Amino acid sequence: MLEDSDHHILNEFRGLRVAITGGTSGLGLALVHELLDRGAGVAFIARRREGVVRVMREHAGAHGIVGDVSKKDDIHPIAIQILAALEGLDVLINNASDLGPTPLALLADTECEDLERALATNVLGPFQLTKALLGTLASSAREDRGAVVLNVSSDAAINPYHRWGAYGASKAALHHLSRIWNEELTAEGIRVLSLDPGDMDTPLHAIAAPDADPSELKRPETAARELADAIGNLLSSMHRRPKLMPEAAVR
Amino acid sequence: MNAAHLPIQRPRQAKLLALDSGGNIRHVVRSRVVDLFRRDDLVISNDAATLPASLTGEHLPTGGFIEVRLAARRSLSTDAIRHCTAVVFGTGDFRMLTEDRPKPPELTPGDRLKLGPLQATVEAVLGHPRLVRLAFDGSPAEIWEGLARHGRPIQYSHIAKPLVLWDVWTPIAGPPVAFESPSAGFALDWNALATMKRQRIQFATITHAAGISSTGDGELDALLPFDEPYYIPPATALAISHARMRGGRIIAVGTTVVRALEHAARFDSFVRPGFGLATQRIGAGTPLHVVDAILSGTHEPGTSHYCLMRAFVDDAALRGLDRDLNLHDYRTHEFGDSIFVERNGRGGESLEQQFPAA
Repeated sequence: MLEDSDHHILNEFRGLRVAITGGTSGLGLALVHELLDRGAGVAFIARRREGVVRVMREHAGAHGIVGDVSKKDDIHPIAIQILAALEGLDVLINNASDLGPTPLALLADTECEDLERALATNVLGPFQLTKALLGTLASSAREDRGAVVLNVSSDAAINPYHRWGAYGASKAALHHLSRIWNEELTAEGIRVLSLDPGDMDTPLHAIAAPDADPSELKRPETAARELADAIGNLLSSMHRRPKLMPEAAVR
Repeated sequence: MNAAHLPIQRPRQAKLLALDSGGNIRHVVRSRVVDLFRRDDLVISNDAATLPASLTGEHLPTGGFIEVRLAARRSLSTDAIRHCTAVVFGTGDFRMLTEDRPKPPELTPGDRLKLGPLQATVEAVLGHPRLVRLAFDGSPAEIWEGLARHGRPIQYSHIAKPLVLWDVWTPIAGPPVAFESPSAGFALDWNALATMKRQRIQFATITHAAGISSTGDGELDALLPFDEPYYIPPATALAISHARMRGGRIIAVGTTVVRALEHAARFDSFVRPGFGLATQRIGAGTPLHVVDAILSGTHEPGTSHYCLMRAFVDDAALRGLDRDLNLHDYRTHEFGDSIFVERNGRGGESLEQQFPAA
């Protein structure tokens, strides 16, 4: 049940246009659900058509796009479909992630191709998609709609965990990329966040740590709510145009 | 002028010819384009992203190969992609001059076309055997997916390798509504925008669905530019009012920006925000109500872009400009060099004062 104090954050999402990569499972799927619930227009991207179709069937109003952000040639087809579906974009959530080798391996045992794939998905993918959508985000900022990029990070971006080398190194690169981009783009009215959602009970985590007790892990729905709150708080601090917070929608 | 044949948006050696309102010509390195702007000027770019508007496929009644180049639309609404004006080519590809491309099979209303995963019907032939209005089958989402996956940006015979969208989206590209790139915008990167911000030079955007620029067919080219829908954001309309109050110039980046702003201000010189459909032709004698200067590519006499330049300066000045472009080996077309032209009669500090001769 929502408290009265939550309504301010909820309002930030009315009319907001959000794209989420990796939107058919785990945290991405929970974000699709959460942001639709809050009244945002949502497009999500995933590699497999059957998953995209399933999530669209289960989430009326969500726009599904088939594509792989790790492939440079897929970026513009994805961007075009996001912009066609939402008629613009205010928030981009780069959530799609690759673990690197599975089972996880020591760096010395990591195949070059596994590291390449992790970097392509976790660093180049967010970079490429953000770059392709930067003009749109800047336009949203100039129109006082707010413009936010959220890159989903991990504590592995900071801590050197054994066997998390490919994933950790790629998330560290993404984290620093986010910080630099935030420095460079704040003047354009675009904010770039890098947030760690915590250890979650997701398919990705189950592959990485099959022996973990799911009951000790955060629910992806909880993490999605926290991330959405973080975006909402940021947007409310960006003095967005009041028309995007219709009072009638609250009453 | 020679065509630029490498798809590099901002080559280091790119040149810029600046012609001020007093008729003075200066040549500068284009990477220093911001030096041409002054505090309180308002620079306005077209943020349209380029569609993959070239679709190859089959004319189903005859089985003949066709290339369909989407060329214009009536509205910026994403659903409007269902109905597009298109120019149809026959066999061959971009390596062949468009003038030399064989004609497509005879097109008649009702003909079905298969374009990769897309299917379309010829709704009407628009006064020329290769100019048609198409209706795509399917939902807008299906059409957009088919277009995004099967379409390619319109290609040019003077570019050696096939263009991809990474080549033709300007740094600030946003809504995918342009059929060819608003390439004047290649000159401005994010660093230029940051520099402008530091120097209190204002920047704003409009969205204008730049149509096809050339078909290689004299009769068709005479119909250009087609009607083009545009959108002027409220923030841009407000920025224009502010710039005028402060005495700043309104600088259009590209001919499409001129067309949109002048259309929006055609009644009373006041640029209102909102959607419109630019239907006018701009040329010699067209009064400019809004735009004081234009940053553009170099254009060859006879094109609609060149014609638009005649609204800024008289023919003698344009001839002088052409002479200098040729003399200094400027490159033309999408990835070529640039010109910056102030319209006649616009006061203020001349470029000569800004860039005194060494």
